[in-house]
Amino acid sequence: MTDTLVQGTHSASSRPEGSRPGAVLRRAEARPIIEIQDVVKTFGDFVAVDQVSLTIREGELFALLGGSGCGKTTLLRMLAGFERPTAGRILIGGQDMTQVPPYDRPVNMMFQSYALFPHMSVEANVAFGLRQDSLPKAEIRDRVRQMLDLVQLGPFAKRKPHHLSGGQRQRVALARSLAKHPKVLLLDEPLAALDKKLREQTQLELVGIQERVGTTFVVVTHDQEEAMTMADRVAIMDSGRIIQVDTPHALYEYPNTRYVAEFFGTVNMFQGQLIEDEPDHILIRSDALANPVYVGHGISARGGATVWVALRPEKLAISRVQPDSPHNWDQGIVEDIVYLGGISTYHIRLDSGALARVTTQNLERMAEPDITWDDRVFVSWRHDNTVVVTG
Amino acid sequence: MKRSPVFLYAMLAFGFAFLYVPILLLILYSFNESRLVTVWGGFSLKWYAELFRNEQMLNAALVSLRVAVTSATIATVLGTLSALMMGRFGRFRGRLLFTGMITAPLVMPEVITGLSLLLLFVSLETVIGWPAGRGIDTITIAHTTFCMAYVNVVVQSRLVGLDRSVEEAAMDLGARPLKAFLVITLPMLAPALVSGWLLSFTLSLDDLVIASFVAGPASTTLPMVVFSSVRLGVTPEINALATLLVLLATATILIAAGFMWRQERERERVATKALKTERGGSHTSSSRP
Repeated sequence: MTDTLVQGTHSASSRPEGSRPGAVLRRAEARPIIEIQDVVKTFGDFVAVDQVSLTIREGELFALLGGSGCGKTTLLRMLAGFERPTAGRILIGGQDMTQVPPYDRPVNMMFQSYALFPHMSVEANVAFGLRQDSLPKAEIRDRVRQMLDLVQLGPFAKRKPHHLSGGQRQRVALARSLAKHPKVLLLDEPLAALDKKLREQTQLELVGIQERVGTTFVVVTHDQEEAMTMADRVAIMDSGRIIQVDTPHALYEYPNTRYVAEFFGTVNMFQGQLIEDEPDHILIRSDALANPVYVGHGISARGGATVWVALRPEKLAISRVQPDSPHNWDQGIVEDIVYLGGISTYHIRLDSGALARVTTQNLERMAEPDITWDDRVFVSWRHDNTVVVTG
Repeated sequence: MKRSPVFLYAMLAFGFAFLYVPILLLILYSFNESRLVTVWGGFSLKWYAELFRNEQMLNAALVSLRVAVTSATIATVLGTLSALMMGRFGRFRGRLLFTGMITAPLVMPEVITGLSLLLLFVSLETVIGWPAGRGIDTITIAHTTFCMAYVNVVVQSRLVGLDRSVEEAAMDLGARPLKAFLVITLPMLAPALVSGWLLSFTLSLDDLVIASFVAGPASTTLPMVVFSSVRLGVTPEINALATLLVLLATATILIAAGFMWRQERERERVATKALKTERGGSHTSSSRP
C-alpha cells in the first residue's frame, strides 16, 4: 500500500462516523465475522487478488468498491467458495473456510444476474436452499412466506421468474439468498441491472432490509455513490489490492492516496513540493498555483518531497475580491459554468493553465449569478479543508 | 439502385420449386392408380394397402425404428456427457484434440465411417468374439457414433447460452454438484436434449451407406430395402413409403423446431421485459403494497 498520510490532528478514532448512527454503536461492540488473511489469487500469470487482509464485523454493511478488473468480484467469489485462494486464509465466524466448498459454507450469495432458476416458481426458488437442508415442509412454507413478505412479493409466489419485472426478480434473488439465514450475505453488483431511479430507491430498501434482518452484508460495486449511500464501511480496491478501508465520510474527507481521492468523488489535484515541513504546519509550492499552500498540521514526508494537494470542488470559494492571505488562493478566468439546478460548477482556468472546478450551491431562487463567463475571479480555500497526499 | 421485386420473387419461387417440386411429385404419384410411375391413371390408395401387406417392407421398417430409437437414446446420453466435458470442465490436457475428434464424424465421408466400422467389428469378432456377426447391434453402434457428434454440437451450443451462475446459485444454496446438475442444469438443457434426440432419430432412420456396411443378413433397414427395390424399378409402392417417410421426418423436424422456437421466444420475452423494466419498471415494483 502507498505510504499513508498521517493527518496530525485526526487519528482514525476521532474521525466522524458515517451517516448511520445506529451502525456505529452496533459496530463498536461487534466481533469479526469474516477475516481475510493475506489472500492471494492468481489466474495463470495474472494476479487478481494480491495480499489482501481484511476484517469485516458482524452486522456490518460492507462495500468492496473498485473499477472493473480490480479483483473485487474474485474476492467475493472466494468468500462464497467458488474460487480457492492461491495463498492465505479465509475465516468465517472464526472457522477456517479456505478449503470448504460453497455448499457447506454458512454464507449465501446474490448474483449480479440474479441466477434465478427459470423452471421454478418464485416460491420454489426461495424454498430451494431450505429443501437442501431437508427442513420439515411446514417450516419451509413459513420461512418462504416470511421471506416473500420481507421483500413484498407475497402475491407473486406462484409466478415464474420470466413473468416478473427486473426489480421484482432482484427481490426474489434477495429473498432466496436470505432464506437460509446465512451468517453473511454476499451481493455481487446487486443493483447494476436496474435503471437509475429504481436503483436509488432500492439502495435504501436494501439498507432497510439489512437493518431488519441484522445479517452482515458484503456488497461488491463499481458505483461510488452506491457504496456511499449503503455501506457502513467501504474498501477501495485497485489492481488486486486494497487501498483504503474506511467509512464513506472518512474516505471522502481523508483519502490516503491520489487514487482514492480521485475515485471517491470529484477532486482538484495539484502536484507540488514540500518546501516547509514543521510539526505544526507545512507549506507546499505548486507550479499550478500562484500562491503557496499552507496546511495547519504536519505530515509524514520529508522537505522537498513531491506531494499532491487535493481540493474538493465544494470546498473552494470564488469571489471577485482578492483574498488578503499570503496562502491558499489563486486567480483565473471563468471558462465554463455547469448549471445543475441545486448546484453550479464553475470551471476556472487558472493563470498557470491548470483547471479548477468549484461548485456553489444555488440557495436563493431569485438570485442573479454575479459571476459569469470570462470573468476574472479569485479561488480560495481554508487551510483545514486541504488534503495532502504523498502518493 | 432499386432492386426489382419481380426478380427477387422469381428467384425465390425458383429456389423453392427446385427444392420441393420433386417431393411434391413423389407424393402425388403415390396416389396413382396406374402401375407405371410416370403415367397418371387416376386417384387411388391401393399402393398404401399394398405397402402394408408387404412383409419384407414392414420388417425393415421395424428394424429401422428399433435402431433409430436405441441409437438416438444412447447418442443423446453420450453426446450430452461429452458436451458437458467440453463446456464445464475448463481447460484440460488434450481438450483441442478431444473437440476435434468428437466433431470429426460430422465431416467424415460416410463411406469411410462405414468401412472403418466394418473393419473394427470384424477384427473385434476375431479377437474377443463380440459382436458375433453383423446385425442390429452393429448398426445401432455405428449410428450412435455419428449421431453423438450431432447431439454434442446441439447440447454444447445450448450450454454456452446457459448462465453459469444459475448452477453456482444452486450450489451456494447447499446443493452438491451432482444434485445441482440433475435438478437445475438438466431441466434447463431439456430442449436441447429433445432436439438432439429427434435429430439423431431422423439421421439414423435415414442412413443407407453406413448401415449397408455394417448390416448382416437378418438386419435390413428400410432405406436398404428401398434402395434395392428401386434398382429393380420404381413402383408406386415405394412412392407411398417415401410419402410416409417424408411425413414422419417433417413431423419430427416440426416438433424439434417447435421446441427451439418456444425456447427462443421465451428468451426474447425475457429480454424485452428486461428492457421494459429498465425504462418504466420503477412503477411496477415501487407501487406494491
